[in-house]
Amino acid sequence: MAEPSISLKSLVERFGPHPAYTPPGGWQDESRNPAERLVKTHCCFCGQQCGIQLKVRGNQVIGFEPWEEFPFNHGMLCPKGVKRYMQGGHPDRLLDPLMRAPQGFRVSSWDEALDFTTRRLREIQEKHGKDSVAIYGGASLISEKSYLLGKFARVALGTRHIDYNGRLCMVSAAAAYKLAFGVDRSPFPWSDIPKAQVVLVAGANVAECAPITTDYLWRCRDAGGKLIIVDPRMTPICRNADIYLPVRPGTDLALYMGLLHVILRDGLEHRDFISAYTSGFEEVAESARAWDPRTVAEKTGVPPESIERTARLFAKAERAIVLHSRGVEHQSKGVENCSALINLCLATGNIGREGAGCAMITGQGNGQGGREHGQKCDQLPGQRSISDPEARAHMAKVWGIAPDEIPQAGYSAVEIMEAIHRGEIKALLSACFNPLVSLPDAKFTKEALEKLEFFGVVDFFLSETAHHADVVLAGSLQEEEEGTGCTAEGRVIHIQKAVDPPGNAKGDSWIYCELAKRLGKGKYFPYASTKEIYDELREASRGGHADYFGITYEKIDEKMGVFWPCPSLDHPGTPRLFEDGRSFHLDGKHHFVVTEWRDSGDPVSSEFPIYLTTGRVVSQYLSGTQTRRIGGLLEQYPNPRLEIHPRLAAQYEIKDGDWVAVATRRSEITLQAMVVKTIRPDTVFIPYHWPGGRSANRLTHRTLDPRSKIPEYKVSACQLRLADGPPDWALSSPEHPFEPRKAKPDARLRILR
Amino acid sequence: MHGYEFYVDPSRCIGCQSCVKACEECDTHRGTSMVNFDFIDRGGTTASAAYVCWHCEEPTCAMACPTDAIKKGDDGIVQSSLKPRCIGCSNCVLACPFGIPKIFPEYEQMMKCDMCYDRTSVGKRPMCATVCPSQALSYVRPEEIAGRREKPTNVFQFGNQKIVTRVHMMVPAETDSVSLDVLDYMWEESYVAFAQPQ
Repeated sequence: MAEPSISLKSLVERFGPHPAYTPPGGWQDESRNPAERLVKTHCCFCGQQCGIQLKVRGNQVIGFEPWEEFPFNHGMLCPKGVKRYMQGGHPDRLLDPLMRAPQGFRVSSWDEALDFTTRRLREIQEKHGKDSVAIYGGASLISEKSYLLGKFARVALGTRHIDYNGRLCMVSAAAAYKLAFGVDRSPFPWSDIPKAQVVLVAGANVAECAPITTDYLWRCRDAGGKLIIVDPRMTPICRNADIYLPVRPGTDLALYMGLLHVILRDGLEHRDFISAYTSGFEEVAESARAWDPRTVAEKTGVPPESIERTARLFAKAERAIVLHSRGVEHQSKGVENCSALINLCLATGNIGREGAGCAMITGQGNGQGGREHGQKCDQLPGQRSISDPEARAHMAKVWGIAPDEIPQAGYSAVEIMEAIHRGEIKALLSACFNPLVSLPDAKFTKEALEKLEFFGVVDFFLSETAHHADVVLAGSLQEEEEGTGCTAEGRVIHIQKAVDPPGNAKGDSWIYCELAKRLGKGKYFPYASTKEIYDELREASRGGHADYFGITYEKIDEKMGVFWPCPSLDHPGTPRLFEDGRSFHLDGKHHFVVTEWRDSGDPVSSEFPIYLTTGRVVSQYLSGTQTRRIGGLLEQYPNPRLEIHPRLAAQYEIKDGDWVAVATRRSEITLQAMVVKTIRPDTVFIPYHWPGGRSANRLTHRTLDPRSKIPEYKVSACQLRLADGPPDWALSSPEHPFEPRKAKPDARLRILR
Repeated sequence: MHGYEFYVDPSRCIGCQSCVKACEECDTHRGTSMVNFDFIDRGGTTASAAYVCWHCEEPTCAMACPTDAIKKGDDGIVQSSLKPRCIGCSNCVLACPFGIPKIFPEYEQMMKCDMCYDRTSVGKRPMCATVCPSQALSYVRPEEIAGRREKPTNVFQFGNQKIVTRVHMMVPAETDSVSLDVLDYMWEESYVAFAQPQ
């Protein structure tokens, strides 16, 4: 509600982020007190969800050990995985519920915090209607928690408005795959990647955002495979690419239309496959006619020869794979970009076979599982549509309510924030979501948060967004509740509970059940364990596309993950989809989808002449709520820098390390320049993991893809100016607590009892 | 681990520094990383390189050590300096042609990569090579490496010093040894060497 009640400085002093470097008990403690057990579980950072063993002593995670038997990553980890264990005993960890007080926050009892939360939600709903309350969820939550959150919104609160931060991640791809195949999942296991003869990586910084996938690409190259990369930046894997296509931000669609144009012009399409297994080809072929290589080159900045070469290489391969992620999806034509890539695969017969197909690299911790079971505004569990009467009837039966009681589709994540801003939504309960850092146009987000009549947060650290909360319910880390996740491959995995939540913190699922109870809906939330929630989820997903019915915790352990759909207990799971040539559509066909060109929602102009694009760095995860507290990760890349090509830098007399003011139509921030030849000279790049004066999302805009409602993070227009000197945040602001290691005593992790 | 060898391939390095962070987690020197990591020239390229100690057959560091503090085991692993003997003089730091040893003032001792002796001696792979997501550091059987585009070499020429190492560097398939000096590639130099037998 309204502004934080005390200064940012005092909030940061008390709740961090403080960079912690040393494990609980110090570095030397482990040799004196070795781990008591190893827990085989998964990393919480990113959609690959690598297998990892957590070292546990007492009720504390004290380190890690690679899990070499797990078939996806064979013990490999990125630096985030190596340091993920540093969260449980972190000094910033919330150990009690907090209530807003004049002096910031005060510790409260669970009864007080929960009663207050439900009283406020009730009051607001009684006064302004059920839909005046919204729920935000997170794609890093285990599937049990995301299922429960969806049920809580629809059954306990009866609001239409629940959406999640996967809206900022996977929805463009999800929409395109549903249009083409009737189902939202990468259609093949990653073990197919080394089998391909050509891999086209489109808008995916694999090295930094999905590091383990690099191993699969290198194995493909060792087997003679060719690597083609499309990106405005030469990301680390570009050094080994056979073809690099330096696409201008926001013009990817033109490039893929151009590739299709060349394939069709030269008669390289797979006619038999097209006629036997697809529909809609003629319309798409017609739409590709205008995109000749010269036209495409002018639009994209990619040489016509490279377009010709890529098209031929791709179409002549017996087995070709496309991997794509946020680079193409974070656009106002994100769905179109994905559809165009799928069209390329369909036109060349690359789907439903080993080593062939189109796949999205899911970004968030449980990015796949977290979107399958009901925290999307338009979906019910099992990837069912909320507007489908049959799906509603099924879910009503599972939940023991009448189909009419299930609300219809609500607003998506950005639309919820906009509805808060215009006063339509009055209360927000947010879990595992830090919209002040992660939503576009951060000043707008801040204004909206200040208008809320009630704001409740469930989280384990106090995020920047939670500074605005009325109540903070101290929840659980991934390793503090048992459950499942689903990886980028569609593999359902078992998240083991390694420890109990510390102090008075509680499992998230307990929190939602208690809230439901206090809202008088306790009979619908009778779970004694997350396993009971999972068993209901299995039943709920039964018969849906994402069918988990045949997947039990025991089966996952035995098989090291089970790929959905898995409709019965004796079903082995489905690593590769469409092997029988049939899609999930009723007609069984793979659908070509016509794509339409639209300009970016924030076009470059004479006043804002430079493209701004945003993304991640390898050492940070999403809004940084977790990773900005881990010293070992923070020191690797402490503050966002502005990547700029020497030619563009010379125009503004910018040298490496200079402070540069970057302004868009929304706002301005000042960062240090990093002058590199690895980015197009008409484009600058800023990673988005930081808050306040360092927040890339102060600059981005709220234009959404009309179907997926994903914001256009990857294309903004900006202007540059050499700044007079360092900005406030770099001088004395509390937003900048980072100090190099050894400059001061360590923020040591707590020893938990 | 019997039958396993260590291979370094900077061309596959993605600069993630997982190795650096994981080395820090090793039980014997927790909190201190022994992996040498560099962005070669970030202004010009994303190229990066992570190196462990090369474990030379005839370790220059040991030869330069005035107190005989650096020992090579029967397994070919060159250990960190022996604490009671090391006087922290930095001779080894200056002598190593690969730039591997480091003096840690807080311990008054030279420490370096010992190829995770605590792990390899009990059948585990070194921490850095286990976590590396991009095959830049690998600890595998030679059969597995044979399938790569590049091939391994462990012969390095530094001026007149030929160094054979335990750890292998992945190089283009046509290359037998790695030399960093133009002289080693010049006809005149090889002619002079022949004309003046040592």
